[in-house]
Amino acid sequence: MFEKNVKLVNDVFKEYYFKHFELIHVPTRTSEREFGYQKFNEGMTRHLSIKDDKELHLLLMTQVPSDVYCSNAYYSFPNLPMSEKDWKGADLIFDIDAKDLKLDCRTSHICSKCNSCQNIVKQGINCSVCGSTKLETISVTCKNCMSESKKEVVKLLEILTKDFGIQKEEIQVYFSGNEGFHVYVVNSDYQTLDSRERADLADYIMFNGIIPETFGMNKQNNSKSTLPDVNERGWRGRVAKEIFGSKSKRAKIVQEVLSGGYSVFQAKLEDWRQEIGVKIDPKVTMDIHRIFRLEGSLNSKSGLSKILCKDLENFDPFSDACLLGDENVEIIANCPISFKLKNKKYGPYEKEKITVPKYAAVYMICKGFADIN
Amino acid sequence: MIQLGIRDLVKYPFLAETGEYLRDKGFNLEQLGHPDWKPIVEKAYGRIVVATTGQIYGSAIEDFENMDSEILSFVIAIVLLKSAGIPTLIKRFSLSEARRAERYLQRDLLQKKNETKLELPLKIMQDLFSVKVMTDEEDFVISVSDYLKRAVQFHEKEWKLINRRVENGFVFLTAHETVRLIRKELDGYINSKIQAVNIPSIPETFRERVSDLSLLAKKFLEYVTVSSDYPPCIKHAIEVLDRGENLPHSGRFMLATYLLSKGQTADQIAPLFKNAPDYNERVTRYQLDHIAGSSGKGTKYSCPSCDKLKSENLCFEIPECNGIINPTQFGKKRTANV
Repeated sequence: MFEKNVKLVNDVFKEYYFKHFELIHVPTRTSEREFGYQKFNEGMTRHLSIKDDKELHLLLMTQVPSDVYCSNAYYSFPNLPMSEKDWKGADLIFDIDAKDLKLDCRTSHICSKCNSCQNIVKQGINCSVCGSTKLETISVTCKNCMSESKKEVVKLLEILTKDFGIQKEEIQVYFSGNEGFHVYVVNSDYQTLDSRERADLADYIMFNGIIPETFGMNKQNNSKSTLPDVNERGWRGRVAKEIFGSKSKRAKIVQEVLSGGYSVFQAKLEDWRQEIGVKIDPKVTMDIHRIFRLEGSLNSKSGLSKILCKDLENFDPFSDACLLGDENVEIIANCPISFKLKNKKYGPYEKEKITVPKYAAVYMICKGFADIN
Repeated sequence: MIQLGIRDLVKYPFLAETGEYLRDKGFNLEQLGHPDWKPIVEKAYGRIVVATTGQIYGSAIEDFENMDSEILSFVIAIVLLKSAGIPTLIKRFSLSEARRAERYLQRDLLQKKNETKLELPLKIMQDLFSVKVMTDEEDFVISVSDYLKRAVQFHEKEWKLINRRVENGFVFLTAHETVRLIRKELDGYINSKIQAVNIPSIPETFRERVSDLSLLAKKFLEYVTVSSDYPPCIKHAIEVLDRGENLPHSGRFMLATYLLSKGQTADQIAPLFKNAPDYNERVTRYQLDHIAGSSGKGTKYSCPSCDKLKSENLCFEIPECNGIINPTQFGKKRTANV
């Protein structure tokens, strides 16, 4: 980010942190967590230990980080190098990101920025100005992205509570501050699972690695009695709902499934995976040493806050997580995609000098669509 | 407190109670060295031979006359193995004995209607392996986390959690699956018991069979031939980079760790990444040195397992993979000298 932009964004971030201490708290078991932060145009500082909210707020005020992180893991010595930390366990974490959902709407609000000449390219794999292929994708998020991401969160919550027996009170859902949601599971039996075990858990959630035999379809000798029923729990029940829809059609569909045979069923499972598997990022769930964005902190990719969703259905990230100041700022915007913040539409802008509230200016600067005038 | 009968000790001779039982009966090693006990030494040797062939030693547990000799043959087998000190034989023996115990555990679990019979196998699993097994109509249930901690050792797809009945935090299993799940721990437990045994000297009558064990072990030497072909996941990663397409971080990590494990240096590997859309020479070098352990804390990273790569959509399995569990094993062919 250009230095002149850094100055503005830093000031706005500092103001936010100063005014919103009530949103930014250290998580439980604070002394066992590793903290880390980044500043604009600087590398990561991690392996930090923070004792309480006061110490965290002091760090925010003195360092004004672009991003703040905290481990999902618990360690005996969180501030020592990784190999000496003595890992004790980690909350289960899930990341659902609109960019992983392969949504049709994405093409309408994605573009690229040339790393060589900063030109914004709406389409294509080459920069239209300098011809470079080193392009960085930039996206803004739309309402559809958010509602589809929410659907994935709801699917995930169903599996966590019904299949894994996790209490609702042990689950927290956060807006990530950019394009998705972070889900935490605390106080559960699952804290001591290692990376490999979490990978299998992630596969379960994503409906990965399923075999037809699980649904009573064998290579030979299939009978209707082993096929799943809509009243069953877990994946058998969910798949039964996909196959049979309502009960009245069951007899006919059973015949179709049985006559289709093993390989047809196998191909169907693959199709259903797209529909019923939860689209989490498995790498996040598998990572037991991750430092994950801290609740209440700002996301430097957007200037929006990572914030707890108390009412997921009605949560509107473009208003509820847009908490920066609204004084006007003059910027030069080159933003080919329009977006909405606090119920107001911005853009598209074509290399224009505009005056917009700070939150919208920071959003565009963080995305790489604008520079301070 | 469960009162173990002698039949229980025949089935599960590795339990601590076996020692107490033999002490109470007045057995000791010196006494067992007497030529009169030679048949038991032979029985013990036979028990090892059976184990080394990959079979399971069968005990006649209904034969009350011979119960002591069944228990003693297990103990003497351990004495013989420890004296010979050949790890491969100890490994084969403990695995075979674990399989044998597994058989009895399964049988005991299947007697579900008889609660007394169920008590011992459930207690063994709880006390020795900290797995709480409960019953639910026809099935056995264990917690998802207890299941995952064990099932990830298996590579067959039916053991993946997704292919299991999972409800309310529990996984449903048959008796066979329940005991199969703890096979490795049972094996590890018996192995650790053998390792912990300390034998100062052995009776003269045991010596012949101890030297026979050395001969027996020679059979199990393995020759490994290695082909120079890359596994499909590595080929795929190289192709992606060659085309100038983006290979995710996890794919780059796999490629680097694989090639490092095959003896290539960071200098030899770095040019592979040149075509990547976000190539940065300095960053690439830094990361390769870090993975190789030549910078940072010196931790050398190893190639991710096939399971992990499958989860990350980096696996492109072909028949030649032949059940390997890590890409670094691709192309290795083991030939036993039998």
